[in-house]
Amino acid sequence: MSARHLAEAVRSGARSARSVLDEHLDAIAAREPEIHAFNVVLADEARVAADEVDRRVAAGEDPGPLAGVPVAVKDNMCTRGIPTTCSSRILEGWIPPYDATVVERLAAAGAVMVGKTNLDEFAMGSSTENSAFGATRNPLDTTKVPGGSSGGSAAAVAAGFVPLSLGSDTGGSIRQPAALCGVVGVKPTYGAVSRYGLVAFASSLDQIGPFARTVSDAALLLEVVNGHDPLDSTSIPETPADLTSVLDRGVEGMRIGIIEELSGDVLEGIAGDVRARLGEAAAALEAAGATVETTSVPSTVYGLSAYYVIAPAEASSNLARYDGVRFGLRVDAPTSGDMHTATRTVGFGDEVKRRIMLGTYALSAGYYDAYYGKSQKVRTLIVDDFARAYGRYDLLLSPTSPTTAFDLGEKTADPMTMYLTDVCTIPSNLAGHPSMSVPFGVGDDGMPVGVQVLAPAMGEPAMFRAAAVLEAAAPPGAAS
Amino acid sequence: MSGTAPEIVPGWETVIGLEVHAELATVTKMFSGAPNRFGGEPNTNIDPVSLGLPGTLPVLNGRAVELAIRVGLALNCTVQRSVFARKNYFYPDMPKDFQISQFDLPINGEGWLELADGRRIGIERAHLEEDTGKSTHVGGGGRIHEAGHSLVDYNRAGVPLIEIVGRPDLRGAEDARAYVSELRSILVAIGASDGKMEEGSMRVDCNVSVRPVGQEELGTRCEVKNINSLRSLGRAIEYEARRQVDLLTAGERIEQQTRHWNEDEGRTHKLRSKEEAFDYRYFPEPDLMPVEPSEEWIAEIRADLPPLPRERRHRLAEAAGMETSAAALTVDRGLDDLAMATIDLGADAGRVLVHLENNLADGVGLLTAGSFTDLIALETGGDLTATQAKTVLASLVAEGGDPAAIASAKGFESMDSGELEAIVDRLISEHPDDWAALTAGDDKERKKKSGFFVGEVMKATRGRADGRAVNELLARRSAG
Repeated sequence: MSARHLAEAVRSGARSARSVLDEHLDAIAAREPEIHAFNVVLADEARVAADEVDRRVAAGEDPGPLAGVPVAVKDNMCTRGIPTTCSSRILEGWIPPYDATVVERLAAAGAVMVGKTNLDEFAMGSSTENSAFGATRNPLDTTKVPGGSSGGSAAAVAAGFVPLSLGSDTGGSIRQPAALCGVVGVKPTYGAVSRYGLVAFASSLDQIGPFARTVSDAALLLEVVNGHDPLDSTSIPETPADLTSVLDRGVEGMRIGIIEELSGDVLEGIAGDVRARLGEAAAALEAAGATVETTSVPSTVYGLSAYYVIAPAEASSNLARYDGVRFGLRVDAPTSGDMHTATRTVGFGDEVKRRIMLGTYALSAGYYDAYYGKSQKVRTLIVDDFARAYGRYDLLLSPTSPTTAFDLGEKTADPMTMYLTDVCTIPSNLAGHPSMSVPFGVGDDGMPVGVQVLAPAMGEPAMFRAAAVLEAAAPPGAAS
Repeated sequence: MSGTAPEIVPGWETVIGLEVHAELATVTKMFSGAPNRFGGEPNTNIDPVSLGLPGTLPVLNGRAVELAIRVGLALNCTVQRSVFARKNYFYPDMPKDFQISQFDLPINGEGWLELADGRRIGIERAHLEEDTGKSTHVGGGGRIHEAGHSLVDYNRAGVPLIEIVGRPDLRGAEDARAYVSELRSILVAIGASDGKMEEGSMRVDCNVSVRPVGQEELGTRCEVKNINSLRSLGRAIEYEARRQVDLLTAGERIEQQTRHWNEDEGRTHKLRSKEEAFDYRYFPEPDLMPVEPSEEWIAEIRADLPPLPRERRHRLAEAAGMETSAAALTVDRGLDDLAMATIDLGADAGRVLVHLENNLADGVGLLTAGSFTDLIALETGGDLTATQAKTVLASLVAEGGDPAAIASAKGFESMDSGELEAIVDRLISEHPDDWAALTAGDDKERKKKSGFFVGEVMKATRGRADGRAVNELLARRSAG
């Protein structure tokens, strides 16, 4: 059942939030041990929240658009009184004294938070294998990764643990796992959803967004969490456009460009089955009345390189505060400097350390211009290239991930091949544009393929319309 | 600008540039709603943002920007578009382990400050940044390396600061003190800061170098930190100048260093050399937007500025027909409005300033421009002696009233010249030997005996006589 229908049933009194919750808790109990989507399942807290929703319905109140809908939240969003770990040892024991804005908005909409989901440590990774608490497995094939870094949130939705979840996307961390798990995942326009309470990885790229099993549910969740927040200075002040009401408007007359550089032979490693599904998706859009053609957005191929300078640079600064002084892990040592070193040595995993070192180097005196400065220029180039493309097209199209889900352990030994899995998703983060992954059939291995719809800033309505068309035209998905 | 300041070591010129940090007098902190308040129990003026908790974001305090612009305008700076930057270094009292500051684009560019003697000292920039917390090292006599443990108080963390970077235009300790005093007067006058060095709301770092008198090229500088008063500033400069000259005259070179002033020992010691300086890895703060104050807003702030000490000195000096330096003390004491009003009413400007500087150090009480003018008229008209005028003035301060009536009540009505002549003649006849000594003696003897006769006249008239008139009369009699 969709989140939209669940909420309607709860609001109308046809179903109790408690029964909806219990059903989902049962699903979690059945498969969570093999999937490990959650860092923590908050069954008791969820029951209290569900009962409160039921009480409000009984009292004739409207608990909100997500009344009684179980949701899961990536464990890098702060929850008052509930540990927030970022799947890192360094936050061991830390309990936030405040809720992230998105968590507040979920509660205000009547949603019932059932747990905090696993992620690559500090959202650094593409497989959720970089978690200090163990990897998450793909519910469609537990020998495969769910993608990452929001692998827990993607898996929770794919496994039927929750109809909705929130993830964060810095370079593809919502869209890539959505593609690999066969669910819908949206990275909204930068600034559309407040980052207040999202533990920062790379501030200029991070954006919270929804996972759902349907395009409509993704729109519903995005409409609950988006909108201006005075606590986030980068939050968009304008009232966000309505999404739900435009979903069935189709793509008649839309001009859509397939990004040549991300979809063909320009980059190595875009798999044949993925290309085939993309071709079929383009045909489906064309059949629905859109004009679809291949177009060049040349600088997108440099996105990955620029990203792996900018994101680590910001991360090296954002993660400095984990020093053992105020919160989380502390490993004592004779001096404060030694304590910093000892704490960070024990507390951070290898990938986090690798990126802190990369970023520190990129910002260092004498290297700044060659790395950070140059990467910012590439970022500007990408923004300019996209602007040119959106002069001719309403939307752009590409694969979400170069391949379907890969095996656990397959890429952990070689960071570069792991990084390459985000090559199609990164350009949207660098530009601050929205893009989303829609499931579109399966690959040769029977695992899901995702198609990425890209839009200019604030272009969510058109993006969702195209996504709805793709969803309706999609071949059968993977069986779980 | 050289050659006027006294040399600390003969033949050597001391060149000084100051960096002054002043806490801005806002109600809340720079990037959050926590109170900006001095004192209080440790760690009470805090919130998640000022503790740098994971997930928190800065929101710029508009009042801090306004005060920074006030400072910029008062220091004749260019107020410009500015960008916040992160200054990265690890320190336990810095919650995020980076400080939000401004780097290549400060809010206030190039400006100047005018000293009381009319010399202009260049200002390189005046930028916004946040303050750090405070560490207390427990055990080992408070020294960090010997302490058993350290305590950190974050009450000050996130308090808005303006850092005013002066050009190396100062020559000697007196100059430096005058600059800091002037700067403090300006900051207090415009309501930007309380300027209390003893509470640390104004802190001075001092760059000192020396060069042989006449040499154009600047010497290698050392930066001296931990200066807590104007007195320390002067002592530290003198110590540091001597230390550097001693090294140079011994044939050694100055190493560029950061040095620590030890008030108790009266000396500086090395903290770190240039090679050991931190690499702050500045980069633009991604969580904040650039600050772009509109022309209208800047004009509004400019229109709202009170008259500055410099303008007040010029105004008073012009009205009084004197050098600006002669007006400095009166302006410093905030008595220039009274001085201007009194001069406007026709009082003798010289007498006005003499009284304000010498006789009104403890305040003006009930003295008004009108009564002050009347008093000075009585004095310059010969109706009151200087001594009498001072007595009447004290009464005007304490109780107010009419100077002539007070003078008369105290029996200060002037003597007519006939009465004075009669008394003088009587005293000459009563003291023939003294009179002979006066008329026959040398200059020294004549002076001594004149003093004797003036004293006798004062005794006989109970102070009503004008000393100057008595001297003139004695001179006439002895010549006649």
